[in-house]
Amino acid sequence: MLYIFCPHCGLRSQNEFAYGGDATVKRPELNKEISDQEWNNFVYLRKSPRGKHLELWHHISGCRQWIKVERDTSTHEIFKTYKADELTE
Amino acid sequence: MSQDFRLDNIGMVNRNKKISFTFNGKKYFGYEGDTIASALIANGVHLVGRSFKYHRPRGFFGVGVDEPYAILQLERNNERDPNIRATEQEIFEGLEVKSVNCWPSVNFDIGAINNFLKMFFPAGFYYKTFMWPPSFWYKIYEPFIRMAAGFGEASIKHDKERYEHKYEYCDLLITGSGPSGLASAYAAAKNGARVILAEDKPRYGGSLLTSDVNIGNQTGIEWSEKIITELKSMSNVIVKNRSQVFGYYDHNMLVMSERISDHLPKTQKYLPKQRLWYIRAKEVLISSGSIERPLVFGNNDTPGVMLSSAAKEYMKVYGVLVGKKPLIFTNNDSGYETAIEFKKNGVNPLILDTRKEPSSDIISEAKNLGIEIKFSYVVVAAKGYKKVKSADIAKISDNKKDLSNIENIECDCICVSGFWTPSIHLASQSGNKSEFNEKIDAFIPKKSKQKENTIGSANGKFTLEETINEAFDKGYEVSNKITENNNKVSIPTVVEKKSTEHDKFWCVPLPKGKSYKRFLDFQNDVAVTDIELALREGFRSIEHVKRYTTLGMATDQGKTSNLNGLQLVSDIENKVVPQVGHTTFRPPYTPVSIGAIVGREVGKHSKPTRKSPMHEWHEKNNAIFVDAGVWLRPRYYKQGNETLFEASKREAKNVRKNVGVCDVTTLGKIDVKGPDAAEFLNRVYTNAWLKLPVGKARYGVMLREDGIVMDDGTTTRISENHYHMTTTTAQAANVLSHLEYYLQLVWPELNVNVVSTTEQWAGAAIAGPNSRALLMKLFPNTDVSNEGLPFMGYKEADLFGFPAKIYRISFSGELAYEVNVESDYGNFMWEKIIEVGKEFQIQPYGTEALSTLRIEMGHVAGSELDGRTIPHDASLEGLVSKKKDFIGKRSLSRSAFIKPDREKIVGVVPLDKTTSIPEGSYIVKDPKAKLPNPKLGHVSASCWSVEYDNPFSLAIIKDGKNMIGQKLFAMSPLKNKTIAVEIVSSHYVDPEGKRVRA
Repeated sequence: MLYIFCPHCGLRSQNEFAYGGDATVKRPELNKEISDQEWNNFVYLRKSPRGKHLELWHHISGCRQWIKVERDTSTHEIFKTYKADELTE
Repeated sequence: MSQDFRLDNIGMVNRNKKISFTFNGKKYFGYEGDTIASALIANGVHLVGRSFKYHRPRGFFGVGVDEPYAILQLERNNERDPNIRATEQEIFEGLEVKSVNCWPSVNFDIGAINNFLKMFFPAGFYYKTFMWPPSFWYKIYEPFIRMAAGFGEASIKHDKERYEHKYEYCDLLITGSGPSGLASAYAAAKNGARVILAEDKPRYGGSLLTSDVNIGNQTGIEWSEKIITELKSMSNVIVKNRSQVFGYYDHNMLVMSERISDHLPKTQKYLPKQRLWYIRAKEVLISSGSIERPLVFGNNDTPGVMLSSAAKEYMKVYGVLVGKKPLIFTNNDSGYETAIEFKKNGVNPLILDTRKEPSSDIISEAKNLGIEIKFSYVVVAAKGYKKVKSADIAKISDNKKDLSNIENIECDCICVSGFWTPSIHLASQSGNKSEFNEKIDAFIPKKSKQKENTIGSANGKFTLEETINEAFDKGYEVSNKITENNNKVSIPTVVEKKSTEHDKFWCVPLPKGKSYKRFLDFQNDVAVTDIELALREGFRSIEHVKRYTTLGMATDQGKTSNLNGLQLVSDIENKVVPQVGHTTFRPPYTPVSIGAIVGREVGKHSKPTRKSPMHEWHEKNNAIFVDAGVWLRPRYYKQGNETLFEASKREAKNVRKNVGVCDVTTLGKIDVKGPDAAEFLNRVYTNAWLKLPVGKARYGVMLREDGIVMDDGTTTRISENHYHMTTTTAQAANVLSHLEYYLQLVWPELNVNVVSTTEQWAGAAIAGPNSRALLMKLFPNTDVSNEGLPFMGYKEADLFGFPAKIYRISFSGELAYEVNVESDYGNFMWEKIIEVGKEFQIQPYGTEALSTLRIEMGHVAGSELDGRTIPHDASLEGLVSKKKDFIGKRSLSRSAFIKPDREKIVGVVPLDKTTSIPEGSYIVKDPKAKLPNPKLGHVSASCWSVEYDNPFSLAIIKDGKNMIGQKLFAMSPLKNKTIAVEIVSSHYVDPEGKRVRA
C-alpha cells in the first residue's frame, strides 16, 4: 500500500485516496472549435509510461482535494506531490 | 499411558499439564506447549499423511514453517481448518485433527496406486495424459483431478470466528526473535526507537533455544529470556509471539498475522481468533533466520527422514526423540550438534559425513563422546515404506561420482543436514535483488531496496559472534537515524564452538541398476527425474521449469526445495546457480487464513449500512427493505399476506388515486455556493442555468466528457449564490468528485464551493392528486396554491414549528412535492405527514411502487442511464443546449452519436396485455430468425401499469422513434420466453404532463 504525501494533510495511506489518472492531460478550452482528432486525444488517448509519471489522486477520505503525484509506475517510488493549482516542474 | 519417545529431563513443555487430543479418531496425550507434531512423535506416530501426487506415506520433515509434509485438517469448536501445519499448531484439550489426501485411511490409501502408475504422472502430466480424447476432459478427467487435488476440505459453513485488522506505525519492525532479532531490538529500544518485535513461534529466542552457546556469561536461553523480559517492560516496544510477518509491500508496509486464539480450545470472549496487522515501519530489520537444506538421496521422502535441526529442536524444546537408532547424514558441522544431543540423551547415533577429513571443535567433541562417524559416506536410499527401517549406505569417491561398499544398516530415523538456506523471502518481496554467495551456496540479500536491512543468518552470517555484533550495530545504526539519541549499549561477549567448512555435495548419485525416487520438492512430489525431463523437453527459464514441474509451488513455497532444484538445473545445464537465477518470492511467506485477510468486513459489515432518520418508523410499519447502494430503503410496506407484486400495485394505485409518501432521504444532495455557481452549473449541465430565478428548481442532465449521461436530478436556486443540487442515490459520491475535479483542476478561476449535504436533510416525497390538500394542512401559513407554489417552485415554510423546505418536483408524474427538514426532525416530519394525511387516504410507498410510477410515466432512471446512453437515447435531447458549451458536448457530434437510426427509448406493451416482459429481454423482429438473431435493443425496466392494469416496459431500441406502432417480439433466452409486443411511446401515462402542473 502506497504512502502518499498529501500537501494539505501530510503522509497518508493509499486507501484514503482515489486514483484519478494522467495529470498532464489538459482539457480543451470551452467554446473552442477543435477537430475530432484533438477531442478524441483528450477524451481517450493516454500514455502508459514505464517510469516517471505525473498523475492525479483525490484525497477522497481526507481533505477531498485533488493532488498531483509524481510517481514511478514500475517501482512505485513517489518523488514529489503538488497541490492542484501548484505548478509542476 | 506412557510415551515411548518422551525424554524425562529435557524440554520446555509443561509436564504438570497433560492435554489429550485425537488424531484420526484415536486419542493421544501430550503436554502443554507441545505441537501436534511433537506430541505425535512422543507417542511414536510418524505416519500422518499421504503425498500430493503419488500418495506416498508422509511423516514429519521439519519443526516449523518449512514443514512440507504434515498438513492436517483441524476441527475446533465446530469450525474446520483445512491447512494447518502439525509442526506449528499447538495442542489444546479436545483438539481434533485428521490426515488429508488419503482414502479410506492414512494407513491404507487407495490413491497410493499412483505410486505404481508413476510413469503416467511425469512432470507436466496434466498437459499430456489428459489431453485426449478432448471430450473426456469435462466429464471424466476434470472431476477426477478435482477429487484428487488439494489438501483438506474447506468448510462450507459460515465462519463464526472473529478476525480483526489493526494498523500500526513504528520506527523499527524486527521480524524474528532469534539472536539477531533480540540483539537489534534491544539496541534500538535502548536508543529510544519505537520497536515492534515479531516472532512466529510461541517461544522467543530462535536458534538460542537449541544451541549450546554463551552470551555475556549466561547461556543463550538465559540471555534471551532476560532480553525479552526487559523489552516487554519497555513502553516503546511491542513484542508479539505467534505472529508471522508474511508480506513486505510498497512503501515499507508490512503485514503480519497474529494467531491469538488458535492454540486455545475456544476463542476467549472479547478476543479475536486472529489479528492482521498492517504495519508501516520507518525501518525494517529482517532477522528471519535460515532453514536447513535437505540432502537428496533415494526414497528421501520416507517417514523418519527429517532435518537434523528439527530432530535437535524436538529434543531440546519438546523433550521428544524422533528415533532411538538415529542415522545422521550431513555435509557440514550442524549434523554433529544433533548427534551430540542424541548422545547426551542416551541414544547412540551414527554420523555419515560426506566430507573426507574435516576437523573442528564440534567434530572433536563428537569423537570424544565416542560417537561413531563415517567420513566420505552417504545414504544411498532409505528403506521401509511407512517408516524408515534401515538405510543403504555407501562410501563415495573423492569426485563424488562413484559409490562403493554398499551395505544395509538398521536405523529408525535419518537426520539430514545439507547446510543452511537464509530466509530471504521478505527482503526479496521488498524488491531487494539477492545475490548468490559461493561461500554458503545460497542467495543472500543485496543492496537495500526499501528501508530494509537483513541481519543474522538470514544474511548468511552463520556464527553467533558475527550475528550478535552485526545485530547490535544495525539496531543502533538504524534507530539512531530516527531518534538521534546516540545511546549505544555495549555488546556482550560470545562463546561458541568453532565449525569448519561445509561440503558442496548435496545429491547422492544412483547406484547402478537402481531407480530410486529422489525427491526435491516433498510437498508436490517433484523428483530429480522430473526436473531432468523438463530440461530434456526444452524448458530453460527457471520460472518455466518451476511451473512445468510445480517445483516450489506447494503451500510451503519450496522453503526446503528451491535451492536444491536450482542446483540440479545448474548442474545439468553446466551453469552456476547465479546464472540460473531464482524464482520470484511472493507474499505470503506462510499460508494465511482467508478469514484474517477479510477481517471484520464480512456480510453486512463488508460496507457501511446507511439508514434514513425514518428507518425505525419503516421497520415498525412492516417495511421490507432493499439495498440501494449502501442505503437500506423500504421496498414495500407489507399488509397481511401481501406479496411484493400486490403491495407495490396497491401503493402505486393509491398515489395515482389519493396521495402517497415516499422516503427520499437517500437522494444525493450537494450544496453549490459562490458568485460563479450559475456559470459552473451551466458548464456542468447540458441545459441553460444562467437565468434560473431564485426560488425555482430545474431538472438537469450532466454528461461525462465522452458524451455519456452521468447523472440527472433537480437543482434549486435557494438564494442569489446558493444552489441545492440533487443527484441519484447511486451516483452521489461520483458526482461530488466530478464537481470537485472541475473546480479544483479545470476551472480553478471559478469562485464556487461544493459540499455534500446528503446526510443533513431528511426528505419525503408527497405525491398524488390529494397532495396539495395535504400540504395546505401541513403548512397552513404558507401559500401552496398552484399560483403560490407552481410546478418547479420552491418555498421555505414552517412545519409545526420546524423549518422545512418545499420543492414542487415530481418523479411519479403526479402532482407532487418534496419536503425536506433537517435530519434530526425527519421522523417528526414523517409522522406528521402520516397523521395529517390520514383523512386524504395517505399510504407510504416503497421503491417498487416508485419504480412502477416512474416507468409508466417514461421517466428515466439508472436502468436507462446505464453508462452506455447519450441524452438522445433517453429522449433527453430537448435538454441539450445548442448555444452554450458544457462538459461532454463535443462528444455528442461524434458520428456514432448522430446517426439517424440511433437507439431511443420506447414503451413496450405485450399484445396479450397479461404477460410481463422480463427485464433484459431482447427486442427482435423475427423470433425464428437464424441465430444469432439480430437484436434491435433491450428491455431496460418493466412494471405492471396501475393506470391501465397491464404490463408495461421501457426498452432502448434501434431507430426507436420510427418503431412506434410496430409489432415486434421480446425474447428472453434466460427465462425461455418469447412475447409478441407492440412498441408504443415511452410516455405511457399522461404524455402531456398535465398532472404535475395541475
